[in-house]
Amino acid sequence: MIVDRDNWQEIFATIKKNKLRTTLTMLGVAWGIFMLVIMLGAGNGLRNGIMGAFGGIATNSFFLWTQPTTKPYKGLKSGRTFIYDNADVEALKKLPSMDIVCPQNQLGGFRQSNNVVRGLKTGTFNVMGQYPEFILVMKKDIVKGRFLNQKDIDDKRKICVIGPRVQEVLFKKDENPMGQYIRINGVYFMVVGLTRVSRGGQEGQEDAQAVYIPFTTFQKAFNFTNKVGWFVVKAKDNVTAEQAEQEAIAVLKERHKIAPDDKVAIGHWNMGVEFGKLNGLFSGIELLIWVVGIGTLLAGVIGISNIMLIVVKERTKEIGVKRALGATPANVVSQILLEALFITAIAGYAGLAAGIYCLEGLNILIGHEDGAMFTNPTVDISIAAKALSVIIVGGLIAGFIPARRAVAIHPVEALRTE
Amino acid sequence: MIKLNNIQKAYHIGKSEFKVLKGINAHIKEGEFVSIMGSSGSGKSTLLNVLGILDNYDSGEYYLNGTLVKNLSQTQAAHLRNKFLGFVFQSFNLLSFKNAMENVALPLYYQKVSRKERNKLALEYLDKVGLKDWAHHLPSELSGGQKQRVAIARALIGKPKVIFADEPTGALDSTTSLEVMDLFKGINAQGITLVVVTHENDISKMTDRIIRLKDGLIVTEEQETTIINQVILNK
Ligand SMILES: Nc1ncnc2c1ncn2[C@@H]1O[C@H](COP(=O)(O)OP(=O)(O)O)[C@@H](O)[C@H]1O
Ligand SMILES: [Mg+2]
Repeated sequence: MIVDRDNWQEIFATIKKNKLRTTLTMLGVAWGIFMLVIMLGAGNGLRNGIMGAFGGIATNSFFLWTQPTTKPYKGLKSGRTFIYDNADVEALKKLPSMDIVCPQNQLGGFRQSNNVVRGLKTGTFNVMGQYPEFILVMKKDIVKGRFLNQKDIDDKRKICVIGPRVQEVLFKKDENPMGQYIRINGVYFMVVGLTRVSRGGQEGQEDAQAVYIPFTTFQKAFNFTNKVGWFVVKAKDNVTAEQAEQEAIAVLKERHKIAPDDKVAIGHWNMGVEFGKLNGLFSGIELLIWVVGIGTLLAGVIGISNIMLIVVKERTKEIGVKRALGATPANVVSQILLEALFITAIAGYAGLAAGIYCLEGLNILIGHEDGAMFTNPTVDISIAAKALSVIIVGGLIAGFIPARRAVAIHPVEALRTE
Repeated sequence: MIKLNNIQKAYHIGKSEFKVLKGINAHIKEGEFVSIMGSSGSGKSTLLNVLGILDNYDSGEYYLNGTLVKNLSQTQAAHLRNKFLGFVFQSFNLLSFKNAMENVALPLYYQKVSRKERNKLALEYLDKVGLKDWAHHLPSELSGGQKQRVAIARALIGKPKVIFADEPTGALDSTTSLEVMDLFKGINAQGITLVVVTHENDISKMTDRIIRLKDGLIVTEEQETTIINQVILNK
């Protein structure tokens, strides 16, 4: 396709001639793209908000805890409670489908009294016994110092890593918590690291008030002996989280004499399953957005097609003259397509820019509040690229019928005198 | 240059067929200045369309510069028109959004000549028709005679072998008509074959030879010619 100044001259001449009509149809296309971008951005915001609550959790991980049994088994009554222990950890680690097995213990949290003290300052925080591998399953950003390491576990060191809320409550603003001591249930721990909240929702708030100490220290310092509260497990990459979870549950049932058909005793939550469900939901929403958006856009594109048909009709004689002077059908088609494409592209670009501008505004308005249901409603480059290709395809569609009409114009039109 | 053997053409309106050219035989030599005359509806424009490869014919043979023009694709026809033929129309047919120079340059655009080059050439040709000073005026700012001169410059710029003009003076007063015909004479003097359709005797008198059309046939030849009319009846 030759794109010459003559092509542009003609395009602008046409637009000038049909100023109002062209402007109105361009508004239609701009609106279509604007809506598409806004809706995709909103969809993204919702996805970011919801998915943010899971921020940093490995998608092939699952949690296992205990609940009273619901079936009698091997002479044991139903309604029995049981507790995991260190031997369960070893048994789970032996399973080939397990990548990381992190036993968990916790003090404090919901409805507990003050358990952490520093001087005159006190607070109720979630004190967690953890393994260093924990951050490979649930990402934690360390802003200062370090996370737990194997040596802490081996030596049962009395050190801790604290969340931002803990720092806020126990330390002055200008105070450096590193190397300072805090008292947890009467035992002193030295602060070696500081985390940051990296996910939204209630989970984010819990992260903010977490105090991580070595799992071995926890069991010893708080008289948990060999007890384990619950497990956070990451499956190997070559198995599904669901499959790994089934295997782990089977082992634990066996070890704790739980009826194989007792579906309640071993509480479980599988990130892989939840993630899949949410992903499906958001893909559905996105598909819906595209359907609605393209529908709106199609109305605009039809408007442009209509304008171009009028243009072709108005200029039948001119097209005939050009044909007589040597314009090939390809010349005529490319001119019409270029014109349709140009009008669509300008309008589409305006819509795209307005959409992105509005989303940015919205983004600033909402801010980055922790735990917002709706965060970062921006369109990424891929959305912009998709919208642009929709515009281009739209332009070509808009030009198609008028271009066909234009080539059908016979050169004898040039000689016809009304 | 142009040889017609028993050219026939009919228009189809619905189911009925309307014969316009009923067997035209003609020979126009290179460098001739010929006029086609006839009453309104006698098929002059139709014949010119066929000669200008703007339209097809049903049967017979049309040789242009020795090559048979038949069943060409639209693109082939466009190339032939662009390279060999020039056109001048009764209603000038200048593009309204292009100035005189750009209008003249248009045929070169389809030859993919660069804008700079074709505008330069267009100015030269405008000079030849005495309109150099009007190069940057839009058609709406020109008189009828000026418009037709621009159109003639446009027909010339592609260095055609033949120029076809369908009632080129039909929309002009007698003085400007004569000016246009003088211009044609000058062009013809340079060796370009000219075929002009007209129904004005004053105009046809200025040409070398008159071909008269009546009821789709050539009736008489005013000058000595080798062309024989064949009246084909009931065909
Ligand atoms: N496209 C067409 N369809 C049907 N009839 C046509 C068409 N063009 C011309 N005619 C008819 O053919 C006859 C010859 O037309 P034309 O060649 O334009 O005559 P002239 O130019 O000599 O006045 C006229 O009767 C006209 O009505
Ligand atoms: Mg006519």
